[in-house]
Formats: sequence, C-alpha cells, structure tokens
Amino acid sequence: MARGVASVAVQPIVRAIDIRKRFGSFEALRGITLDVISGEVLCVIGPSGSGKSTFLRCINQLETVTDGALWVDGELVGYRRAGNKLHALSENEIARQRLKTGMVFQRFNLFPHLTALANVAEGPLRVLRRPRAEVISEARTLLERVGLGHKADAFPVELSGGQQQRVAIARALAMHPRLMLFDEPTSALDPELVGEVLAVMKSLATSGMTMIVVTHEIAFAREVSSRVAFMDQGQIIESGVPQELLSRPQQARTREFLAAVLG
Amino acid sequence: MLTPDLAPPAAAADGGAGALIDISHLQHVPRRYWGRYSCAVLILVALALLMIAFARGQIEWRYVGHFLTARSILEGLLNTIMMSVLAMALGIALGVITAVMRLSANPVLSWSARGYTWLFRGTPVILQLLLWFNLALVFPTLGIPGVYTARTVDVMTPFLATLLGLGINQGAYTSEVVRAGLLSVDIGQYEAAKSIGMPRLLALRRIILPQAMRVIIPPVGNEFVGMVKLTSLASVIQYAEMLHNAENIYYANSRVIELLIVAGIWYLVAVTVLSLLQSRLEAVFARGSGRVTARQ
Repeated sequence: MARGVASVAVQPIVRAIDIRKRFGSFEALRGITLDVISGEVLCVIGPSGSGKSTFLRCINQLETVTDGALWVDGELVGYRRAGNKLHALSENEIARQRLKTGMVFQRFNLFPHLTALANVAEGPLRVLRRPRAEVISEARTLLERVGLGHKADAFPVELSGGQQQRVAIARALAMHPRLMLFDEPTSALDPELVGEVLAVMKSLATSGMTMIVVTHEIAFAREVSSRVAFMDQGQIIESGVPQELLSRPQQARTREFLAAVLG
Repeated sequence: MLTPDLAPPAAAADGGAGALIDISHLQHVPRRYWGRYSCAVLILVALALLMIAFARGQIEWRYVGHFLTARSILEGLLNTIMMSVLAMALGIALGVITAVMRLSANPVLSWSARGYTWLFRGTPVILQLLLWFNLALVFPTLGIPGVYTARTVDVMTPFLATLLGLGINQGAYTSEVVRAGLLSVDIGQYEAAKSIGMPRLLALRRIILPQAMRVIIPPVGNEFVGMVKLTSLASVIQYAEMLHNAENIYYANSRVIELLIVAGIWYLVAVTVLSLLQSRLEAVFARGSGRVTARQ
C-alpha cells in the first residue's frame, strides 16, 4: 500500500502518503501527500467537489481510503501492521482510533434529543466512561469556553445555528482530541452568525490545538492558519503560508479560484 | 360584509387615515358550521336507533351486567392482558434485534434477519400457534442430552405455545417498523456518534434508537392494540384468554350475544387504556424534535 515512508524525525499528527479515494468510477482523491505537525492550523480551500471534505473524512475514517497510507498521531489508520501484512481493523478498533480526532460538521449534527450539556457530556460519559460529576463540570467549563454556559439546558432546536455549531465544537473538544477537523463549519450558517463560530475557532487555534479546516472563509484562512492548501480535482495544487499562497499564488488554477472567491 | 362607511379610504396623505375610522360598533359573529351540526345530529340519531335495536333485541342485559365481573371472565381478561404484554415485549425485543441485524454490514446477520422475517410474516399466525403447540410431534424431548431433558408435551403448555407463537410472529412485523425508524434518522447522526468514538451498538442505543422511537411508537402502538385482540386466536390451543373463557360460558348457558358483548366491552377498555399510555410515551420521545407535542 504505502509507496515509501519518509523518515520520522518530528512525528507529524497527520501523515498522508499518496491517498486515493474512489467512489465507483469517480476518483475523488487522486494522490494526496501531506504532513500536518503538532500545533499547525491547516486551512484547505478549493472549489466544491475538489475532494476537500473527502480528505477530511478519510482522516477520521468516515470514509475508507482506497489506496495510499495515512497515519494519525503515529498510528496507521484503519490497519494493524504485522511484518509486511496489513490487517484491517475491527469496528471497535476503528472507534478507538477515532478518539484521536474531533470532528465538526457543516450541518452541526448535534444530538437533538439531548440538551447542549448532555451533547457535550455524552462521549466522555458513555465512550470514555469517566465519572459523571467530573464530566459534567468539565462539560460546563467547555460550554463557558464557547460562550454558551447559559444555554447548558437548552435542546439544539432552541439554539441558533451559530450556537449549535459552538456546542458541536465543545462536544468534539470534550473527548480531548489530538487533532480537530472542521468540515466547512460556517457554510450552513446565516452570515451574521459566522463570526461567533470563527471567533471560537480562532481562540482554539491560539491555544495550540492542531486543526485542519476545510473552509470558504478566505479571511479566516489568512488571519488564523499557519498553512493553506489549495485543492482542485482531488489533488493538492499548492500549499504554503497564507500570506504567500493567498497573495502570490504560483499556479494559474489557484489564481482563478482566488479571483472568483475574493471577487 | 363591508358597510359603505368601511370602504377602504383613499390613499391617505399622512398614512394615519386608517385610525380615523371608528370600527368599535362592529361585532364579530362566529362562523356557523351547518354541515357539522347536521352530521352530528344524524350520527346521534343512528346511534340511538342502534341502541334501541340492541335494547329490544334478544339480549338479556342483566346477563351482561352479571358476567361483566364474573370470575372466569376477569381471569380471562388478566390472561389476555398478561399475554399481550409478554408477547409484545418478546416481539419488540426480537424486532429491534432483527432490525439491527438486517441493517448490519455483516451479510450473515443481514440475511439471517431477512430469513426470519420472511418465514414468520409469510405464514398465518394461527398455523404458527398450532405448530408450537404440536412441537412434540417433531421434537419429542427438549434439552441437552445427558444433562437435562424434558418431554415436549410437558414443556409446551398453551401459555408457552401462545407466547412463542404470538411473540415470534410479532417480532417479524415489528422488525420492519423498527427498521423504518432507524432509517428515518439522519445519516449525520450516525457520523456524529462515530466522530466521538462510539462503536455501532452504543451509537444505536444512545443516539439512533431514541430518535427513531418517535417514528416507531405510533405503529408499534397500533400493533400492540392488534396484539390484544390477536390473543383471542390462542383459544384454538386452549389458552384461557378472555374470549376462550367467554365461549366456555356460552357453550354452557347459550347466552352467546351477552357474553360476546361482555368480552367486547373489556377489549375496548383494554385498548383505550393502551392508547392513553401511547400518547404519554409519544410525548416523552418527542423531546427536542421541535414538534408542538414536544412541550408538555
């Protein structure tokens, strides 16, 4: 599977080597090779259908990679290596691997039958089986941190989109992930609610969390990210520090995309 | 019914002209629903005629009153209710397990579930009752050879045969209801559950099923009501449910209609109580769904 493994001097949080993903005859990812190191905030931009979300979903195994190799926090994703053989992991082992990543979805996906607090506490209580008192107090702290301490007992249906997304961020953080994945976290929000979510993400980035953010918010990428990758047709066309890539893109396709997005 | 003085004023110069028209002397008259009134009267008349017919018919109403609380009838009622609850509990348990198996990625589980549903939905429940009751013809003894064995005729009482027959049959039907409920939950909920590290069964139990319940409860309530009445089939294998006991009484005293009315009244009472419980349960599982029923 793996076509060659670079030396591991500083262990990256994510190492992707020639990731390919095929849906039937459609090739959504056509060879993604990428390292994300600890504390990095990587923004992935690109037109819709370019494979950004698919790549993100491969990292926490909501999709299985067709070809290539992927490591998260030093662990080979989806397989256990024994000599030269790669054994596919069981469902429970995959669930355990997912604990390293937190994910925030475009459409929030809060659990509608649970209150905001219960949404945040569910994972630590049921998956990690930590003591209830400790989990509840930590969940309250997390809700405070995203500015929703006063909404702890509200059901998702009673919250605005921006509030729901902030609860979703708290829910992911409650599992103490090594890496946070954001799949277009502000795309489903009314324009006036985008800012509050981006503010939470920015403070999270400042706190040193490793983040991969698929986004259309170029301003956010410019201000917060340490690196921007531009994807098109299942490939990373170019990547670099935001000032370079966003201001002086090297590739024609990047220039076209940025011109269209920035108007 | 615009009176001339209420004709909309011509475009007012200052925009406040509307306030100058006095409408305080106008009265609201509730709408008259003539169709509803006449239909209601017709229905009441029909019901009255029906009641008169039953009152004048060859029915000794004092027998109805007498047997309504007869020991044998009440025991039968208790057996009917107990069997309904137990068979339904078995049916729901089997239904949930089968639905989860059916939706599993494991083809052995999925096809086993399909086979079970196919077999038990495909044959009449009365046939299944008779098969369970006569199981001794296929398996004369039950148990683990050398450890424990028992004669099937001793084990397979009318009670057990009814419970297995009705419960297993119900499971096949309920599994389809549960499957519909599981499929009704947004795929994003499965993904969110996975993203916080939940294995499949935990996600089903904690996240998916509670949301599916909203969809599952109304049809399961429907089937529960059906089950209360389906227990009457068990009279063919001598299970002492209410209709069976009512029949035994009218075989002796020939008060057929009276005893059927007695049984009918009790069935209605049981089903009414069940429907009320169902409404309560629906309210509980509507939490967070944003429906009006969510607020109690």
